Amino acid sequence: MNPPALVLEHVSRHFGGLKAVDDVSLTIQPCARHALIGPNGAGKTTLFNVISGELPATGGQISLFGEDVTRLAPHQRAARGIARTFQITKLFPNMTVIENMLLACEALDRRKLVMFRAVSSYADLNQRAAALVEQFGLSGRTHEVARNLSYGEQRKLEVALSLAGRPRLLLLDEPMAGLSAGESTSMHAMLEQLDPAIAVLLIEHDMDIAFAFAERVTVLHQGRMLTEGHKDEVSANLGVQQIYLGMGAAE
Amino acid sequence: MAEPDAALGGPRPPSNTESMSPRGWRLAIVLVLGLVFSAGPLLFSSYWVGLLTQMVILAILAMSLDILLGYTGLPSLGHAAFFGVAAYAVGVLATVHGAGFWTCVAGGLLVGTLLSAVLGLIVSHVRDVYFLMITLALGMVLWGLSFRWIPVTGGDNGISDIPTLAAHSGLPFAGPLALYYVTLLVFIACAGVMALIVKSPFGLTLRGIRENEGRMKSLGFNTWLHCYLSYVIAGAFASVAGVAWAYYNGFVSPTYLDLTASSELFLMVTLGGPATLVGPVLGATAIVLLKNVMSAYTARWLLVLGIVYIVTILVAPKGVWNLGPSGRSR
Repeated sequence: MNPPALVLEHVSRHFGGLKAVDDVSLTIQPCARHALIGPNGAGKTTLFNVISGELPATGGQISLFGEDVTRLAPHQRAARGIARTFQITKLFPNMTVIENMLLACEALDRRKLVMFRAVSSYADLNQRAAALVEQFGLSGRTHEVARNLSYGEQRKLEVALSLAGRPRLLLLDEPMAGLSAGESTSMHAMLEQLDPAIAVLLIEHDMDIAFAFAERVTVLHQGRMLTEGHKDEVSANLGVQQIYLGMGAAE
Repeated sequence: MAEPDAALGGPRPPSNTESMSPRGWRLAIVLVLGLVFSAGPLLFSSYWVGLLTQMVILAILAMSLDILLGYTGLPSLGHAAFFGVAAYAVGVLATVHGAGFWTCVAGGLLVGTLLSAVLGLIVSHVRDVYFLMITLALGMVLWGLSFRWIPVTGGDNGISDIPTLAAHSGLPFAGPLALYYVTLLVFIACAGVMALIVKSPFGLTLRGIRENEGRMKSLGFNTWLHCYLSYVIAGAFASVAGVAWAYYNGFVSPTYLDLTASSELFLMVTLGGPATLVGPVLGATAIVLLKNVMSAYTARWLLVLGIVYIVTILVAPKGVWNLGPSGRSR
């Protein structure tokens, strides 16, 4: 039996007296499709930052594929198979789309420290970068600098960058946020086509998308886990919560 | 002349969709620089050959700072220290210890590079204005050392009587013209290696750190290591320039490490065009020229430097290299 992709045991992140994430325990199996929902300020993004290592946990333990990573830096966790996207797009704005992609492709490659050979001379890296650019429908924009892309294109690049390192656990922080209906649909389709071997943890505000994508759902509220379970159970339970939390009803 | 293709490393690669590309402007810059540096010394007086030698050496130094400042986005205000320390190492080895030419060259490169390897351990932890402040402080410490450690450095008097290249190396390079062309060869070699570095997978990571270090970390880059290596590489090339300067000038003094020297360097990169390799060459050329022309009229060089700084920021914030027809519009 393979170890779980991610195990959180009593994980907390406190900012002074504010308990942004408070005693969260969660297990994500390999290949899982898991959604993390909750109202604004519930601590979803903070939890992502704690899992990916941007913020150190103030308590608890985090394991990736059976290995304790609680004290590891973000790049060390990335090397162990975790990748994430950001709610607020984090690209390399003055570099071209293909350069953005090349960076992401070499991130977990030993050749990132090669100094005396042009990056363009590595055919495999360039092909892989070009393939990912094409997979996300950005081939027409290959040599455009990232800051000149439309918002929708930037969001696609955001997700594409996170896949370049062949992650085994992918954290998606509201990939659909701010997208038009059409763009949102195509993003959803892309997410559905993700390699099933990748475990995915998705933060999503839109209940329809969250429940369509995931099998299991975790509800976070004021930093604490309210419910965790199969989407049908959570869905049945959600009516009560909507009243209780005043969460936006599913459209 | 083998000018590196800096457009590839620029923060704003020329877009194919624009009809008015800055390519003509850049081609003109490269042609003029190439002509002046290749054939110029044959036409000018020996005074100008000396100035051209200065330009070429300082161009190496400015390019090395650009690896840090332009490519990695780390603004160092103490970069002249490596240049000065390498020059001092040559001076001390040659005059006090009577070391041979190759020992002096190796010693200068080693001392400068090792110093950057040690200081890099400290400075690579901080960014932005903190990086500026800590490099400024370390630069001042080294300047103070050169000024006060009189038994070794000679204090304010500096170290004079460093033998000429021809006398010390025994190679047939007598005269300013020969010295110039040897320096030019060193410059071309350094520019070639730096051009390769900025186009390499490693060079790409430096630009990534400048653009978005947080994303670099989450993609899996140990950005501390990359910043550290960038700092050491910049220190190593600055040492090359320092060794060359010691042989060109025959004299080393604390002014080579002071804040003015580092600020001039900073301006060379900013004026020419950061994150390009031609930019710093252009900047070094312009600043050396300006300094020598202005010295005939005023002793207040810092005032002139300040004015040039302000004008650069107002008129060409991305540097003269990016001042082409479309470079200014955005």
